[in-house]
Amino acid sequence: MQYFRNLLRSLAPAALIAALVAIWVLLPVLVLLGCALVLATWMAATRPGRQAAAVTWVGILTLPQRLGASSVIVIGIAGVVGVLVALLALGGGLAATLRGTGNNETAIVLRGGATAELDSGLTREDATLILQAPGIAHDAEGRTLGTAEITVVTNVAKKSNHSEANVEIRGVGPQMWAVRPNVKIIEGRAFKPGLRELIVGRGAREEFVGLDPGATIDLNAQQWQIVGVFSSGDAHESELVGDAESVASAYRRNGFQSVTVRLASPQSFDVFKAALKSDPRLKVDARTTRDYYSAQSEQLSKVIRIVGIVIATIMAIGAIFGALNTMYAAINARAREVATLRAIGFGPTPVVVSVVLEAMLLALLGGALGAAVTWVIFHDYAVSTLGANFSQVVFRFDVSPALIGTGLRWALAIGLIGGLAPALRAARLPVTTALRES
Amino acid sequence: MKYLHLVWAALLRRKTRTVLTILSVLVAFLLFGLLDGVRAAFNAGETLAGVDRMVVSSRFSIIQPLPESLVARVQAVPGVRKVTWANWFGGYYQEPKNQLIIFAVGPDYFEVYPDYGITKPMIDAFGRTRTGVLVGASLAKRFGWKVGDKLPVKGSIFPDKATGETTWIFDIVGIYEAPTAKSRALEQQVMLRWKYFDEANAYGSGSVGWIIVQVTNPQESANVARAIDALSVNSDHETKTQTEREFNLSFAKQIGDIGLIVTAIIGAVFFTLMLLTGNTMAQAVRERIPEFATLKTLGFTDRSVLGLVFMESVLLIVIGGVLGLALASVLTPLVSAASGGMLQLPPIGLRSWLVGLALMVAVGAIVGVLPALRAMRLRIVDALAGR
Repeated sequence: MQYFRNLLRSLAPAALIAALVAIWVLLPVLVLLGCALVLATWMAATRPGRQAAAVTWVGILTLPQRLGASSVIVIGIAGVVGVLVALLALGGGLAATLRGTGNNETAIVLRGGATAELDSGLTREDATLILQAPGIAHDAEGRTLGTAEITVVTNVAKKSNHSEANVEIRGVGPQMWAVRPNVKIIEGRAFKPGLRELIVGRGAREEFVGLDPGATIDLNAQQWQIVGVFSSGDAHESELVGDAESVASAYRRNGFQSVTVRLASPQSFDVFKAALKSDPRLKVDARTTRDYYSAQSEQLSKVIRIVGIVIATIMAIGAIFGALNTMYAAINARAREVATLRAIGFGPTPVVVSVVLEAMLLALLGGALGAAVTWVIFHDYAVSTLGANFSQVVFRFDVSPALIGTGLRWALAIGLIGGLAPALRAARLPVTTALRES
Repeated sequence: MKYLHLVWAALLRRKTRTVLTILSVLVAFLLFGLLDGVRAAFNAGETLAGVDRMVVSSRFSIIQPLPESLVARVQAVPGVRKVTWANWFGGYYQEPKNQLIIFAVGPDYFEVYPDYGITKPMIDAFGRTRTGVLVGASLAKRFGWKVGDKLPVKGSIFPDKATGETTWIFDIVGIYEAPTAKSRALEQQVMLRWKYFDEANAYGSGSVGWIIVQVTNPQESANVARAIDALSVNSDHETKTQTEREFNLSFAKQIGDIGLIVTAIIGAVFFTLMLLTGNTMAQAVRERIPEFATLKTLGFTDRSVLGLVFMESVLLIVIGGVLGLALASVLTPLVSAASGGMLQLPPIGLRSWLVGLALMVAVGAIVGVLPALRAMRLRIVDALAGR
C-alpha cells in the first residue's frame, strides 16, 4: 500500500504536466522559441542556471556509459513520432491533393443534390444551357471556356496488390485544355477527338498495371489506345482522359455528368450561380471547384487524422513508461554523483533541470530519428484509395516541415513527462543515504 | 513451477521498474488488440461471405449494369440452385453526412442471404408494400426510425420517373436484427424492392447491378462460374463471376491495404517493446549477478538459472499482455458504441487471444535469451568477487 502511495506521489506531477502538454502541443512556434530563449538566458546569466548547465553537461558526457538504457528513450520515441508523422502525412497528402485540385477561378455544375460526379447526370440540353450562362470566361475567338464531361469507371489492376480497382475515365470537351491549363502532356501526344484514344495521368500510370503509352485497354469490350501521359499536380492525375463523345458512346450513354467552366473572374461566380438557379429549365447545383474538391477529402482525411492521433497517443503513453524507466535507472546509477553535487552546495533546481533536459534531449534525438526515417521511407510515396467518385484517387504522403515540427513537439512532451518524476526523486534523495550507497 | 515464488520475488525486487515495464507491455498489447479488431472489421466481408454464393458482375466495371434477361439464363446453368440480384441505390437521410447503404434487391434475396435474420412476416410485409423498405436495427436506432414510418431519402443517382427529382419516400415495413455478432455490420443497410425501383426510376429499366448465385456444390464453383461467364462472351455485357469472398475482398482492397498498415504499426510497436523490455531484463540480470552466483553456490544448476531468467521475462510480458488484451476487450464494445454504430469493431475473438498469447511468449523468449544466457554462463568465483 505504502509502495503504491509512493508511486502515485511520483506520478502525480506527471499527471499535472499532461495538462500542460496539451497546451504545449497547441502553442505557436514563436512562443516555444521564446521559452527556449528564456531557458538559455537563465542558464547563462544566473548562478543556479550555470549550475544546471554544468550538471546537464556532465550528464550528457556520461551518456555513452548508459548507451543501452538511453537508446530505449530514443528508439521508443522514434517509434511514436514515426507512426504519428506517417499517418498525419497520409491524411495531409490526401487533403492537399484534393484541395489543390480546386480553385476559385473554375466552377463545377452537377445535377441538384448530387454529391459527386458519378451520382450526377445532365442532359445535352442542360449542358448547352449551362454553357450559355453569364459569368463564364471566353477565349480570343469568343468561344465559351467550359467543358461538359462524362465520368465512368473501369477495372484496372493495381500494381501494389494486383487486385482490380476502379479507375476513373473522364471524357472531356474540346475546351478542357483552356479550362484546366495545368494539364500538360509530358510524354506522347494528346488524344484526338472522335478516336478511341486516351491520355493517362502520371499518378494513374504509376499505380496501375498496363497504362503506359502505346498500350491498349478494354473499355466495355472496345480497344482503346493510350497515346500520352499528362501531369496536372492534382487529383486529375489519377484519371484517364479522352474525348467525351467517344467515351459516352463506348458506355452507351447519352448526356453528361458535370460541366466545368472557367469563370470570367472569381467574383462572377455569384452571377453564374444565380443565373443557373433562376433558370426554370435547370435543376442543378453550381460550386466552385475549390468547395467541391475540399468537401471530398474532408471526411476521410479527418478520420485518418483522428486515427493517427489516437494510435500515437496510446504509443506515447507506452513510450512515457519507457522513458520513466530509463531515467529512474539513470538517476539510480548517478545517485552518488548527484548527492556529491548536493553536498558541495548545488541546489535542487539544477539537478531537476539537468535530468529533465537530458530526457528531453534524448527525446528530441528520438523524434528527429523517427521523423527522418518517415521522411526517407514515405515522403512523396504514392498510394491510392477509393475516393468520392467510387474510383481510385492517387495521392502522395506529404511529410511537411510543419508535420515534422508537430512530431518533435510530441517527442519533447514525452521527454518532459518521462524526465520530470525521476528528476524530482533525484532532487529529493537524502544526501547522506545516497552517499553511503555503493 | 516450483520456482515460481523465486521468479515472483525477482519481479518484485524493483517494483517501480516492473510496474512501468508491465504498463508499457500493456499499452503494446492494447494497441495490438484494437488494431487487430480494425483489421478484422475491414475484412468482415471476408468472414461473412457465404461459401456457396458467387457474384456475377460486369467484366469491365461495377458501374455497368447487366440486363435482367440474363437472370433467367444464369438460373438455367447446371449447378445453380438459386439466383437473385441487386442494384446499388445509395443516398442520404436529411443531410449529406448521413449517407445510407441502400440496395434494391430482387425476389428471394433473403433466401440466398439468411445472414440478415429477416423473418417470414417481414418478407410478407415487404412483398405486399410497393414502396416498402427493410432497415437494419443499428441504423433504425441511430436515427430513431420505427416500423410504419415514412423514410424520405435523397437518392444519390436515380431520379424518380414521375417527378424528375431524386427524393424518394419509402415506407419502413420491417426492422431486422442480425442473428450473429459477426453479421452485425449488415444492420447498417436499407433494402428496397427492385421491382419498385425498376418501375419508378427514370433510367435504365430492366437492368440489374449484379447477380448473386447460390450454387448446389461449392466445390463446383469454378466450373459454374466459367459456364455463367460463357453465356455472355462477346456480347455487350460480358460478365465476371467470382466467389462472394473475392468480390468483397476486392472492395476492401480498393480502400487501401489496411492489413499492411496495421502490420506496419504493430511491427513498430513491438520492435520498440522488445528493445524496452530487453533493456529492463538486461538491467535486472546485471544488478543481480551476485545473487545468481549465490544460487549456483547453493546448488542450482546452470539450466535452472537459465530457466529462472526465462520465466521471469516471459511472466513479465504475459502479465502485461493479458492485462492489455483484457483492456482491449473492454474497450472495443465502448468504441463501437461511441461511434454510433458507424464503426463495428468485432469483439476480441479467440483468434486474437491465441495470436496475442503466442506473441507474448515469443517476445518474452526473445528478450529473455541474452540475459538468461549471461546468467547461465557466469562463473561463481568471478561473480561473487564482483569481477
